[in-house]
Amino acid sequence: MLKVVTFMKQGILVVRLEGELDVCGANEFRTAVDEALTATGAKHILLNMQGVSFIDSSGLGVVLGRYKRITQLGGKILVVYLEPQIKRIFELAGLLKILTIYQNEEQALDFL
Amino acid sequence: MEIQVKNQIKLAILSINENVAFARASTAAFSAQVDLTLTEIDEIKVAVSEAVSNAVIHGYGSDPHKQNYVELVMNLYQDKLEFIITDYGRGIANVEEARQPSFSSDPERMGLGFVFMDSFMDELEVLSKLGQGTTVRMVKLLVPRTEH
Repeated sequence: MLKVVTFMKQGILVVRLEGELDVCGANEFRTAVDEALTATGAKHILLNMQGVSFIDSSGLGVVLGRYKRITQLGGKILVVYLEPQIKRIFELAGLLKILTIYQNEEQALDFL
Repeated sequence: MEIQVKNQIKLAILSINENVAFARASTAAFSAQVDLTLTEIDEIKVAVSEAVSNAVIHGYGSDPHKQNYVELVMNLYQDKLEFIITDYGRGIANVEEARQPSFSSDPERMGLGFVFMDSFMDELEVLSKLGQGTTVRMVKLLVPRTEH
């Protein structure tokens, strides 16, 4: 089960996730974020992963899919907080080379 | 001489996305009977999640109108845990190619499933036949830790 909360803050689409980002979670994430991007026209995404307890390649794929969509339009994805086991998966997939991880939402928003 | 199984669980799981989490949780529960670190249990969960997801998504093509089952067998031996995931779906045309990083039949998937299974388990064996299905066998060795 994955809970996805989206809202706008300083013109940025904030996405807060809670639960497991597997094949089911990936589908919920994709639907919620793509709908919010279309509805708001947001350029950047702040992705708060603090509540994510599990991720596999399905979950990584959907994060990478949003990354491609956003960067193609000149936007950025700011990732906030990864649990150690999640960070290890990101690292193994090479995602830490293209994404910067922030400790909290304030730090990420300050960066933009 | 046959190697003795100390414990065994066999599950038949309806091939729907929602059941991948159940399969994963059951492997964590099975693994909890031996002395593993949380990191090792996380590794098993990711590896099994990948194998079961592959069976549901690619093996059977996520068809909710068909009563397809993914079989999960968990074995505990003296020195290892073994997980065998079987589907009777379409099979993989070229197993060697499928095991390469960045191979995926879907652009939004990263083709990392087999990479994670390989990295997180001590043994990985994939048997597949087109039109007949796929069996993935994975082993996590139990390394005795020194007592303190």
